[in-house]
Amino acid sequence: MCGIVGLFCKTETHRHELGRLTAVMLREMRDRGPDSAGFASYDQGEAGRTRITVLAEGIEVDWGPVAAALEGVLGAEVTVRAVHDHVVFSTDGDGRAARQWIIDNVAGATVLSYGSQIELYKAVGDPDLVADRYDLASRTGTHALAHTRMATESAVTTNGSHPFATGADTCLVHNGSLSNHNRLRRFLEGHGESFQTENDSEVAAGYLSWRIRSGNTITQALEGALDDLDGFYTFAIGVADGFAILRDPIACKPAVVAETDDWVAMSSEYRAIARLPGAADAEVWEPEPARIYTWSLAA
Amino acid sequence: MTRHFDLAEVSRRELNQALHDASDGESFEVVNPRGAHAVACGITAALDVVVRGSVGYYCAGMHQRGRVLVEGNASTGLAENIMSGLVHITGNATMSAGATGCGGLVVVGGNAGARCGISMKGVDLVVGGNVGHMSAFMAQAGNLVVCGDAAADLGDSIYEAQIFVRGDVESLGADCIEKEMRPEHLETLSRLLAAASPVGEGVDVSDFRRYGSARRLYNFTIDDVDALEAA
Repeated sequence: MCGIVGLFCKTETHRHELGRLTAVMLREMRDRGPDSAGFASYDQGEAGRTRITVLAEGIEVDWGPVAAALEGVLGAEVTVRAVHDHVVFSTDGDGRAARQWIIDNVAGATVLSYGSQIELYKAVGDPDLVADRYDLASRTGTHALAHTRMATESAVTTNGSHPFATGADTCLVHNGSLSNHNRLRRFLEGHGESFQTENDSEVAAGYLSWRIRSGNTITQALEGALDDLDGFYTFAIGVADGFAILRDPIACKPAVVAETDDWVAMSSEYRAIARLPGAADAEVWEPEPARIYTWSLAA
Repeated sequence: MTRHFDLAEVSRRELNQALHDASDGESFEVVNPRGAHAVACGITAALDVVVRGSVGYYCAGMHQRGRVLVEGNASTGLAENIMSGLVHITGNATMSAGATGCGGLVVVGGNAGARCGISMKGVDLVVGGNVGHMSAFMAQAGNLVVCGDAAADLGDSIYEAQIFVRGDVESLGADCIEKEMRPEHLETLSRLLAAASPVGEGVDVSDFRRYGSARRLYNFTIDDVDALEAA
């Protein structure tokens, strides 16, 4: 099963309560995925400043010296703050290089995301408790994605939880399963992507990151995904300046979208949307198979 | 007297139990469904139920007799396995509306998503807008009326159901072909559109085309592989 939600604030109206509304949506998807949960939120950030969110579950690390070492590698100031078992680095240096250095040098740590706008948190356990622990409700910003997982084919671990992000401000949540992810992972590793789990959805995130890093727009990246990803999927995707939805051509994983003048929301089920302000008057529809839907902050 | 249920106050289980315990002729109003699943499932008496707002999965599943009207949208499996009676929604339906229905009438005022009428076994479906891909997949009996367009692979592996489409058909599925519209079909169409009112009001039956089974895949042999591949 699994439940996914995405909320994109087209206007300022609800940006101050992005996190609260996303938490309301996530709660409705609890029983689609009671094993674990995660969320990513996008704010306006600080120009030129990259944040790197790292999962440090079950490891004891003195983060001060790690930040100092990272400063040496990047040649730029690095700050670090802890949020329970996650830490968030902030730097003017190169985020992609920082991600790779942490993966290579901090044993047991998983880099969940990097970018100027994104922060990403995930954990095993009841989705409501996960939202509470990382204070989803207080987050502000432009868009957010969240996921509740019901593991069917692999262990319940934090690393198996969504969202997945491998590239700058590029993140996805996935309901479904991919069948060609091993071959695709090898291909992407040969093209500069690095992975931290055996998860198929991480490969989908890496695929989009590779496309976007190669100069594709999100639409071009998703056109490529329709050709190159084999399997079942409903994706909600976040990028720095936008939000996208894609379903595979068979489209057996559920999805519903609602749109008002102020927001676009997507979810596995309508009940996650029903409690949003203005939902009763929103245009509601089922996204079509193999059709790319995008919304941009620039528009 | 209409009995009133607010799903913000009482559980969906209480509602459904009251509907199961009710007698012919009773009427119900349900508010604040907020996407709840299995609203008004398993009705067997001739009730009149109005749901104000959008519902989740399997609304009015296994419905018999009476009427369920939803003023809003419905998610997966609207009126799944309906046996008789009427289920009418004013908005859009997502996947598999009317799936496996054995009788009765399902009306979708807006669009229906993928696999509308999948494995239908006698139900009549009238959709005011478009239907998604693989609608009437393996349909066995009944009628699917589409006032808008049909997406790819309409009627794939169809048996004996009839499909009427007013707009464009993106493609027909395996063993589904266009068929002649004879007077008895126009009569069926007129009857169904009248029953679906206000959906289909003012629609000219002569705008529709009829589709059904070429009957080449009933007993599949390898000699018939062309029929599969042609589609």
